[in-house]
Amino acid sequence: MSIFPTSAPHAHAPDSVPRIMGLVLLAVAPAMLYGIVLFGWPALNLFLVTVLACLLCEAVCLRLAGHAVRPFLMDGSALLTGILLALSLPPWAPWWIGVVGGFFAIVVGKQVFGGIGQNIFNPAMLARVALLVSFPVEMTFWLEPRPLFSSHAPGFMEGLAITFGGIPNIDAVSGATILGHIRTELGMSHALSQILPGHYHAGTAALGWTGGSLGETADFLVLLGGLWLLWRRVFTWHVPVAMLATVLALAGGLHLLDPERFASPAVHLLSGGLMLGAFFIATDPVTSPTTKLGQLIFGAGCGAFVYIIRTWGGYPEGVAFAVVLMNAATPLIDHYVRPRIYGRTWRGQSRPVSERAKRPPIKSGEAE
Amino acid sequence: MSGNYRGVFVDGLWRNNVVFAQMLALCPLMAVTTTATNGLGMGLATTGVLLTSNVVIASCRDLISQEVRIPVFVLLIAALVSLADMAINAWLHELYKVLGLFIPLIVVNCSVLGRAEVFASKRAVLASAVDGLAMGLGYTLALILIGGCREILGSATLFAHASLLLGDGFAFLETTLIPQYKGFLLMLLPPGGFLVLGFLLAGKRATERRWERRAAGRSKAVTRAQQSPSAV
Repeated sequence: MSIFPTSAPHAHAPDSVPRIMGLVLLAVAPAMLYGIVLFGWPALNLFLVTVLACLLCEAVCLRLAGHAVRPFLMDGSALLTGILLALSLPPWAPWWIGVVGGFFAIVVGKQVFGGIGQNIFNPAMLARVALLVSFPVEMTFWLEPRPLFSSHAPGFMEGLAITFGGIPNIDAVSGATILGHIRTELGMSHALSQILPGHYHAGTAALGWTGGSLGETADFLVLLGGLWLLWRRVFTWHVPVAMLATVLALAGGLHLLDPERFASPAVHLLSGGLMLGAFFIATDPVTSPTTKLGQLIFGAGCGAFVYIIRTWGGYPEGVAFAVVLMNAATPLIDHYVRPRIYGRTWRGQSRPVSERAKRPPIKSGEAE
Repeated sequence: MSGNYRGVFVDGLWRNNVVFAQMLALCPLMAVTTTATNGLGMGLATTGVLLTSNVVIASCRDLISQEVRIPVFVLLIAALVSLADMAINAWLHELYKVLGLFIPLIVVNCSVLGRAEVFASKRAVLASAVDGLAMGLGYTLALILIGGCREILGSATLFAHASLLLGDGFAFLETTLIPQYKGFLLMLLPPGGFLVLGFLLAGKRATERRWERRAAGRSKAVTRAQQSPSAV
């Protein structure tokens, strides 16, 4: 015990890393289970491979760095990184995508910087970006939902063959995501009023009955989990609200200008990984700014980049790129947006003393 | 004197390696090392320039005044690089098409000017020649190592197109490790170069630390044995 007194305020924090990670795991579990059921055995295989690769890389790195392996491995951070990475992958991707992604997330994204709390970029998103740049074919293979135990879903052995042996017949099962479809069709100068009917339905999109990454389709489950985390005060509302509001404002404004070229805000909010990114990825406390204003700027930047990349960029979806770009800007935001020092103005000068405080202080010994 | 040359070689190849210790000449390194063959070609070109520039500068070191030494060094190096550029264009045209811009850019390669300033302008001609050779070979080895790693990861081949550089006799070097490899694009792009360089640097540091620890342990054991011979 320290004998030196520390100055007030003394805040008591029951939160520990394993507890926070546990809460986030619970919150993301419904979307995760939904995604696995929606895309069947191959999705479960990929999920397990990715998570195991992350845990293994974490253990090896901790061993090499001379840290205690068990306490750091059991804090759940590598597990959560693995799960978030798996949720952002195409569900039928081959096993080595999960392994390379896990290696990138944990070794390059996290342990190289010194382990938990030291990383500049969100490890899962860094790995996703690296995979997307390196393996564009495997990383853009989407398929229509074919839930577990339904008639046209692959069986268990077939699932193993898909994950570990390559996909038998790509053309027979693939289907574009709605954002990819819009991009392709707009590229052929079709109008949105011709593109969307028959392909897009807001209700099914919100329920998650659509193609996409393993865990991003079930927007309502992601939203529920995110709101639960907000209620448990794992993070504050600033980042997700700023991110979603920016996308909403940009999409709404441009949609009003030209509804044939710019998809409606509903399409943007309820497709792709925006919901998952806003609640589970951009809110990472390590890689986002510390002040509330900084978090608002960070969230708005993420939202703006998502919209810009989706609308004018080279890829149909840009949540991972947006988050990684804003992660890079986080030290700058933290440099310029600082909290006011107690008793001083924003510029750092001491605040004017009020009249009450100007009265001469009562000196001890004057009473006699 | 021969012990001195050995030190110069250890400096160039390991202890004071251009890439892994001085961290110089990284621009051509990132751009060129997508295959081990490109690394080898670039390394040999740089070695030639380093060797000749060290010799030329060491032999004129008494004629060059302190005040204008840097411009004179740059001019001498530029002349030598132009010669190398034309020579490669004439005799190794296929390699020239790959390396292209990066051969003339050896002019601004800081390792060449660095050796001129640090070593050749102060030492005898022979010692400078040995230093140029050692530094150049160290750079070549680093380029081949990084190029090899990136080539294996990025396209699963090793020394592809080596016969274009070294002649048909060296076609046996060209190996394909995994046929029908789909490619790992990131490793061929500059980020891959930085990643490979970073991991190799970490590996070198870890190795050195292990050697130090082993040497320290050995010397401790020796002193202990000397202090208490009765205990043995």
